[in-house]
Amino acid sequence: MIHTEQLSKRYGDVDAVANVSFRAEPGRVTGFLGPNGAGKSTTLRMIVGLTQPTSGRATIDGRRFADMPNPGREVGVLLDASAQHVGRTGREILTLASQTMGLERRRVAEALDLVGLSEKESRRMVRHYSLGMRQRLGLAAAIIGQPRTLILDEPANGLDPAGIRWMRDLLRSYADDGMTVLLSSHLLAEIEVIADDIVVIGHGRIVANGTKQDLLASSGTLVRSHQIDALHDALVAENLVTKPASQAAGSWGVIPGLHVDASPEQVGALAFSAGIPLSELRPNDGAGLEDMFLELTADTSRDNININGVAA
Amino acid sequence: MIATARPQSTSHRPVVAAERFAPIPSSRLARVELRKMFDTRSGLWLMVALVATAVVATVAVIAFAPQDALTFDTFGAAIGIPMSVLLPVLAIMSVSSEFSQRTALATFTLIPSRHRLTLVKFGVVLAVGVASILVAVSVAAGGNVLGAMIRGIDPVWNLSLQSIGQIVLGQVLGMAFGFMCGVLFRNSPAAIVSYFVGYFVLAGLGDVLAALQPWFEDVRGWVDFNYVQAQLFGDTMTSEFWLQLAVTSAVWIVLPLAVGVRRLLSAEVH
Repeated sequence: MIHTEQLSKRYGDVDAVANVSFRAEPGRVTGFLGPNGAGKSTTLRMIVGLTQPTSGRATIDGRRFADMPNPGREVGVLLDASAQHVGRTGREILTLASQTMGLERRRVAEALDLVGLSEKESRRMVRHYSLGMRQRLGLAAAIIGQPRTLILDEPANGLDPAGIRWMRDLLRSYADDGMTVLLSSHLLAEIEVIADDIVVIGHGRIVANGTKQDLLASSGTLVRSHQIDALHDALVAENLVTKPASQAAGSWGVIPGLHVDASPEQVGALAFSAGIPLSELRPNDGAGLEDMFLELTADTSRDNININGVAA
Repeated sequence: MIATARPQSTSHRPVVAAERFAPIPSSRLARVELRKMFDTRSGLWLMVALVATAVVATVAVIAFAPQDALTFDTFGAAIGIPMSVLLPVLAIMSVSSEFSQRTALATFTLIPSRHRLTLVKFGVVLAVGVASILVAVSVAAGGNVLGAMIRGIDPVWNLSLQSIGQIVLGQVLGMAFGFMCGVLFRNSPAAIVSYFVGYFVLAGLGDVLAALQPWFEDVRGWVDFNYVQAQLFGDTMTSEFWLQLAVTSAVWIVLPLAVGVRRLLSAEVH
């Protein structure tokens, strides 16, 4: 289990990571989701002792990473697949890792096999590797010591769709074996297909944390109407909490919508008695998480995403 | 913030209780670090260059040296001097390439104690320095015997054990100087340039300054590391010289190395 407690890192006046506390449980894949620059990598680097936290602490199975006598046997780490000596062969890089950890020689071939790098590819210099091959090599280096915990920063980067699927199946099987798997991504879709639990980070702070089911669950209702203001007033009059939803372009133009903390039946009955025609009424489909994620990315994104009619 | 309760772990194949792993012995780290010095393309080519120059030097001495210069000393110098110039580059890169090639990211996650890793690397670098001179001396001995046979003369063994010891010390200091450059700059090009500037440009400047300014001639032994170190390859051994060697080594190697190590221990690795 990975456990961070109030982990914080300040660079000058900037809080790169502030009071990040979460757990990644054994037997589950935990997705660490956040836009680029949100503090994902800094948090992962603090967990493995590469960056000293300003305050707070991180432990893996109850111990600090730096206190592990042979960390490669306990925690497999892949922070940056490009951070390899381009003048070494893939096989040589794995040999160095296995010798450092004191593994049997055959583990090199086994690890290559597990990540789908061929004998011939393993004898090529890393400078001739594609990013996808480097990711596979990095993953091989992470799992070669048969650790019980995996920490992977953006492991799906550079993989093709088949590669992403392969990685998903591999990480799933590790989690099913009882391993703790923590991986980061800046893509919600990627995390959605791999993770059991999701921790969302934005601007160095955790903004959501829970199981994928709960975070993406149909909690509440999505309702759309051309008379959104009247609907809003009617809902508020009943003390229901509403939140603007992203706009959907229907055949009659843009239809504003609301997320409501109530069942579709309640909202429908209320709209009926208020005499407000609805153009859409259905359970929330986890758009809450997606909206939140879009808001987080909006200020760093180049695409000027328009949320709730407000220029981001 | 959305927070939801999380179910207990649902692994169907439970993880075995945490194993206790033995610490990584330093001898193993040293073997891996030694391997890392030679297993890259640049490391390999540097080795090829060393062997090639040793062979060329031996052949050249046999072919071109006048009869009275066909001695152990001549062979030793012909083989050892290229080594003493090139090998410190390996010492530099054993540290700087970890940062220039960004392998430190993987290295430090396998060995979190940078302090220990730096110490092991330093030990390996010095050992390579000692071993290189032993190799050079062996090759030189072979060349000396071979050369004498070809020319039909008796081999001249004019290199004392003490001289060999001094050459070893000189090589170790050269390796330490290179290592210091690597630690201080953590960037291969900058470290290699600083090494060559330190060894060749400063040495030349020292000569010029000494020729122009008599006062520098007087203090040179206490400030000019190259000048003092070169004495090791001669045979004028005085207690004053040893003291000068200690002082200049402290200033030019130990001090910058201490600063560099201090910075390396807390450096951000990207």
